[in-house]
Amino acid sequence: MSNPRWRAFARIAVLSSSLAVAIVALAQTSAVDEIAKYRAALQDGNPAELWEARGAELWKQPRGPNKVSLEKCDLGLGPGVVKGAYTQLPRYFADADRVMDLETRLVWCMVKLQGFSEADAVKNHFGGPGRKSDNEAFVAFVTSESRGIPMNVAATHPKEQEMYRLGEKMFFFRGGPYDFACASCHGVDNQRIRLQDLPNLTTKEGAQKAYSTWPAYRVSQGELRTFQWRLNDCFRQQRFPELKFTSDASIALTMFLAKNSNGAAYDAPAIKR
Amino acid sequence: MADPMRIRANVVGDTTEVKVLMSHEMETGQRKDSAGKVIPAWHIQNVTATYNGKTVLTAQWGPAVSKNPFLSFKFKGGAKGDKVQISWVDNRGEKRTDEATIA
Repeated sequence: MSNPRWRAFARIAVLSSSLAVAIVALAQTSAVDEIAKYRAALQDGNPAELWEARGAELWKQPRGPNKVSLEKCDLGLGPGVVKGAYTQLPRYFADADRVMDLETRLVWCMVKLQGFSEADAVKNHFGGPGRKSDNEAFVAFVTSESRGIPMNVAATHPKEQEMYRLGEKMFFFRGGPYDFACASCHGVDNQRIRLQDLPNLTTKEGAQKAYSTWPAYRVSQGELRTFQWRLNDCFRQQRFPELKFTSDASIALTMFLAKNSNGAAYDAPAIKR
Repeated sequence: MADPMRIRANVVGDTTEVKVLMSHEMETGQRKDSAGKVIPAWHIQNVTATYNGKTVLTAQWGPAVSKNPFLSFKFKGGAKGDKVQISWVDNRGEKRTDEATIA
């Protein structure tokens, strides 16, 4: 590199590569801003409203072998109380002797009140093209009745505490073919997957922002997605075994994240890319 | 039958702003299912909005419109308490009409 011409060339190369880094950094921040703008633009006219409306209708409809509605379903605040119920879930239900999240409780009500079989109640829990899910509609309706109310998960019952500890353990547990934990992606600030910002769920702000904006209408899928779906898809992305719908594992993780989000004003169903 | 639309209509100055959410698959006819077969096109074709029986908007839609479409438009006039009616017909001949009161 004694040749001055070579040296000049090398300097230009270094200069242009640092310029390229600057441009990429700029593109990243502006892409994130653009996604935020996109979300804000879609907020008015969120199709989640369609699910909320359908859920509200289904809620009042006599269904199942017993021909009764879900209006007597006890979501934790007494039979038929929907307002604010989601902000206190998951919780321990003495009648079922189990800690339940919203979706597990809905299945329980469908079995106990409406007389559905367990298999029928969990059927079609996540919708797809041309296949509307009642579960997603119920969840949209119930969560919409908690909008603006602060998250307030007690987790004081011994079984609730046990669930929380289990969820925490799972969150940091590394496994699977990628040796991944939830914390691998969600335990660091400013982490991204492609262009999506990943919240750091180990911080209060991160957990609050994430938990209070689920469920959400996913524009890319044209469906309203519930928190069970969110966890299920995280497991898929980690190449973990499939997370069983309403399993204790799913409730434990929900418990961990819900309690960490306490204090956040609940603001869903939201809209996401 | 198709799910109901969500319609909001508000008077802003001398115009009325209408926002409509429709529930529809809006299948393009370009996609294939898991077996490799083409999923037939299924989308809204005609949209009509009327105010007091007078047509204020007609639209011809095609496969480029998104699933669960959101339509927002304004028209001159309109008063609180009046009715706005939206109807759509899709390429299978299914239709849906919903009404909202201007607020």
